[in-house]
Amino acid sequence: MHDFTVHHPQSLQETLILLDRFGDAAQLIAGGTALMNFMKQSLLLPEHIINLQRVQGLQHIQSTKDEVRIGAMVKHREIEKSNLIQNEVPILASTYRRVATIRIRNMATIGGGLAHADPAQDPPSTLVALNARIRIASISGERTISIMDLFQNYYENSLMPGEMITEVIIPSMHSDTKSTYLKFLPRTADDYATVSVSLIATLNENIVRDVRIGLGAVAPTPIRATIAEETLKGHAISDELIQQASNSVAQQVDPLDDFRGSADYKRDMAIVFTKRALQQVLQGPS
Amino acid sequence: MAKLHVETTINGESTEILVDPQQSLLETLRDGLMLTGAKEGCNDGNCGACTVIMDGRTVNSCLVLGAEAQDADITTIEGLATPRGLHPLQQAFLENAALQCGICTPGFLISSKSLLDSNPNPSEEEVRFWLAGNLCRCTGYDKIVRAVLDAAKEMKAGN
Ligand SMILES: Cc1cc2nc3c(=O)[nH]c(=O)nc-3n(C[C@H](O)[C@H](O)[C@H](O)COP(=O)(O)OP(=O)(O)OC[C@H]3O[C@@H](n4cnc5c(N)ncnc54)[C@H](O)[C@@H]3O)c2cc1C
Ligand code: FES
Ligand code: FES
Repeated sequence: MHDFTVHHPQSLQETLILLDRFGDAAQLIAGGTALMNFMKQSLLLPEHIINLQRVQGLQHIQSTKDEVRIGAMVKHREIEKSNLIQNEVPILASTYRRVATIRIRNMATIGGGLAHADPAQDPPSTLVALNARIRIASISGERTISIMDLFQNYYENSLMPGEMITEVIIPSMHSDTKSTYLKFLPRTADDYATVSVSLIATLNENIVRDVRIGLGAVAPTPIRATIAEETLKGHAISDELIQQASNSVAQQVDPLDDFRGSADYKRDMAIVFTKRALQQVLQGPS
Repeated sequence: MAKLHVETTINGESTEILVDPQQSLLETLRDGLMLTGAKEGCNDGNCGACTVIMDGRTVNSCLVLGAEAQDADITTIEGLATPRGLHPLQQAFLENAALQCGICTPGFLISSKSLLDSNPNPSEEEVRFWLAGNLCRCTGYDKIVRAVLDAAKEMKAGN
């Protein structure tokens, strides 16, 4: 790797001052799992590395009546194992459990993972379906954006120089809401998804009251299957309705050909896995 | 570029080392401290050959900066055996012929130790889930899984 200077700030304020001072010449390091590989491949050559491990105030998992708040430095494995998250946002715990290996999950953080913005990652489609919001800080203040506005393109987020993610805010799920995360892994258990589907739905008897569908690994960013959502909302569940909604995702995905499958194959699998998720959540045992 | 002075604890001993800022923890252990048990397989987080325990959690040391070892508590494969003999996991790997070339073995042993530390009585499925992504290219996984289950039994009987 190239040469750089490592900084170890203790507070958020100190971190933001360093980010402001070094601008594009600096990279934050959180879990390091993405950054280390980018530096080894000379895809990023920062002169300054700002280590977030000792920064206070980024390590919390808290809940209020309406939302769950997760600090940017909370590790994947902590989210997977948190009782609070298992109880209040079970789909989030089960999604993080599917990321890579225990060793990667012991290192990778929620903030670093989102900033990495690889659409093949597991958490983004679930956080998109959950309508998560991202809290961002810089030396000049704070803003909170919808997660949909964070992802721009493959490996591209919308953070400005000097900005960092401090917290992820997740609206609480209603107790009668059902959800599932499906990750299609035709190769190995620790691979990235070929296609992933995050589904959250609330039913009223046999009627779909609310439904949100996030898709991963099928476009330059995670996407919401909005046509399928509109097809389902307010309608009575039937096999035909589920098939019609599932078929519609083909119009919204834009996958790449790669060693996990051709674009055509992934488009077909997006339909298949959307259908399986809908069958499981809408027609499975309550 | 100036070297960094890092104070850390490795296998229970406090240690002071000089590291280059861009050195990974794996390089620091192997080249700086001559602790060559942890191996470099892929150098990108995929194979688990470089696994060490850092502050109670297994990590891929190829993805950690040596500079991040400051104040950390690290266990490497060299810390497993005691003067009294091999760790029960090491003994079970020998008895089950759970290694051939041995490149993957330190990573498997460290991962297995951290599993048994947190779950002394794992099911076969739990062992396989925990070891996913520790890659072995010659022995195959069945013997390794059997060795971990045997070691768990042995350790329970020994307690
Ligand atoms: C072998 C391997 C397998 C993987 N498999 C999967 C998988 O199956 N599923 C999956 O979802 N992912 C997978 N990943 C990707 C993994 O999830 C990401 O590498 C990880 O989430 C990045 O988080 P980190 O904390 O390590 O980030 P870092 O590597 O520390 O940082 C990543 C980027 O984000 C920036 N950054 C860090 N923190 C912040 C912050 N708070 N605000 C703004 N910017 C920040 C850094 O400057 C850097 O540019 C895999 C990675 C590896 C190495
Ligand atoms: S060498 Fe670190 S995971 Fe392969
Ligand atoms: S024994 Fe050779 S790679 Fe596992």
